[in-house]
This record gives sequence, C-alpha cells and structure tokens, in this order.
Amino acid sequence: MATEAHKHPNYMAIFWFLAILTVIEIALIYMPLAKFTIGVLLCALALGKAALVAMYFMHLRFETRTVGMIAIVPLLIATLLIFVLLPAGFAVMKRTVGVKPAATEPAKH
Amino acid sequence: MSQVASMHGAVEPAESALTPESWGKLGMWIFLAGDAVGFGTLLASYGAMRATSADWPSPFAVLGINLTAAMTFLLICSSVTMVKGLEWLGKGDKGRAKAFLFFTALGGAIFVSLQAYEWSHLIHRGLLINGNPWGASLFGTSFFLVTGFHGLHVTGGVIYLLAMVRVVAHRPQPAASYNAVEIAGLYWHFVDLVWIMVFTFMYLL
Repeated sequence: MATEAHKHPNYMAIFWFLAILTVIEIALIYMPLAKFTIGVLLCALALGKAALVAMYFMHLRFETRTVGMIAIVPLLIATLLIFVLLPAGFAVMKRTVGVKPAATEPAKH
Repeated sequence: MSQVASMHGAVEPAESALTPESWGKLGMWIFLAGDAVGFGTLLASYGAMRATSADWPSPFAVLGINLTAAMTFLLICSSVTMVKGLEWLGKGDKGRAKAFLFFTALGGAIFVSLQAYEWSHLIHRGLLINGNPWGASLFGTSFFLVTGFHGLHVTGGVIYLLAMVRVVAHRPQPAASYNAVEIAGLYWHFVDLVWIMVFTFMYLL
C-alpha cells in the first residue's frame, strides 16, 4: 500500500508520551500550586493527549483537508457552547453563591 | 488514490477534488464529529453546573483516582493494540491482526468491568443519581450520566471489535478488510480520546 509507510508512525513513542503525560497529570494534583494554575495545566495536558491520539492513532495528520475540517468543527462548537453557557452560569452564581443568609428565609405574609 | 480505494473503484461515484479516499472513513468521521458534540455538550454542561454550585463535592476526594488512573492506562494500551492490529493487517498477517484486535476488545471489556465495580462501590458509599452525602445532588447525576454514556460507547466498541475479528477471519485477503478495520479503529481511538477528557474534567479537576 502506497500510504502504508507514513500511516504507521512510531506508535510505541506515542504510547510512552501518553503514559508520561498521564503520570504528570496525576502528580500535578498533589503539587503545592494554586488551584487555577493546576486547572489550566490539567486542561492543557488533556488537550495535548487528545491531540496526540487524534493526530497519530486516528491518522488525522495524514488525512485530507476535508477530514481535518470535519474534525475541527466539534472543537469550535464546544468552545462556542462554553461562551453560550457563561452568562447563564454567572446569573445562577449570583443567586446561589452571592446571596445573603437573610434573603434565603421564606417570605413572611 | 490508494489501493483500498482503487479496489472499490467499480462502486465509487465520479471523482472530484473532494472525493475521499474512503467513503466509509468519511462517514465515520462525520459520525464521530456529531458524537463529539454530544460529549462536548455533556462536559460543558457539567462545567457550568459545577461552577455555579455552592456545595459541589471535590471529585478527587469522593471518587478517588487510583482505579480510574489504571483504567485510563488500560484504554491507552488498548489503543496501541488497535493500531498494532491494523499495522499487522497492512503487512498481510491475518493471525497477528486478529490477535491484536481481540486484545483490544479484551481491554475494553476489562475497562467496562472495572467501571461496573467502581459504580457499585460508589453507590454502596451513597453516591446516587438523585443525591449524595457530600453536597450537590447534580454531582451524582452528571457523574453517572457522563461515565455511563462513555461506558455504553466502550460496550458498543467491544461488540464492534469482536465483529471485526470475524470480518478479518472470513475475508480471504487481508487487504479486503483493511479499510473496515481502520474505520473501527477510528471509533475505538475516539472512545479513548473522550475518556482522556472525562478523566481530566470529572476526576482530576
């Protein structure tokens, strides 16, 4: 098969990359870092691992541009969805987190 | 045009610049894009619910990560056996290809079994779909919904892979089943990819 050679990269190298990144992820949550920093690093590591799986195991790197465009669409929709949920989320947060104790008492008639 | 595509030349429609190498592969990619939107919606909703809850329990403390880390490693290993199976099929070794596909299915079956064990353990400790002793009831709802939806995908994948072992066994030429196995591999790696996200967002964060 003509495409065989470039379609089969060094899978074991990808496996070790994924395994090491998983170990780093688990080690991160025990590190004395700010919660926000750990969150950002964990998201970056998860996206990195997902990209490795998509690019090499799913051969996206060797696919046509059409397939690449199809693969990128859900990523854009998911990002959009987060921004769509943000205003509703902040509105709920104001009601649940920012309330004073007195406001939670049942109204007296 | 690859050998796989040229084999199906008789049934392929007229070629254009947009004609894919394999229509089946394009179909699977479109299905996976839709499925990714489904999982993306579930995870984004999970994030919104968690961010706006005043008493969301710490997933790391409640769920524990030792078993889940082992399950993550198992899925990564099963992705490797999947690509190795495809590689052997490409080299014309049907026996090794079938063995690696079977190992992949076995990895998936062990994953689902471990998930069932984890669920029963957590239910026994009080984590229910409609409430739990640690805080927001939506914590249990979202946990069972997302991990259950993923578990169903793995179960479907195990059945799909076992069917592929049969396909490889019954087609005389290894090249005749290469495209079908590559498409099954796309599904399996996607299930692995989704778990990477679920593990990070629902267990570690």
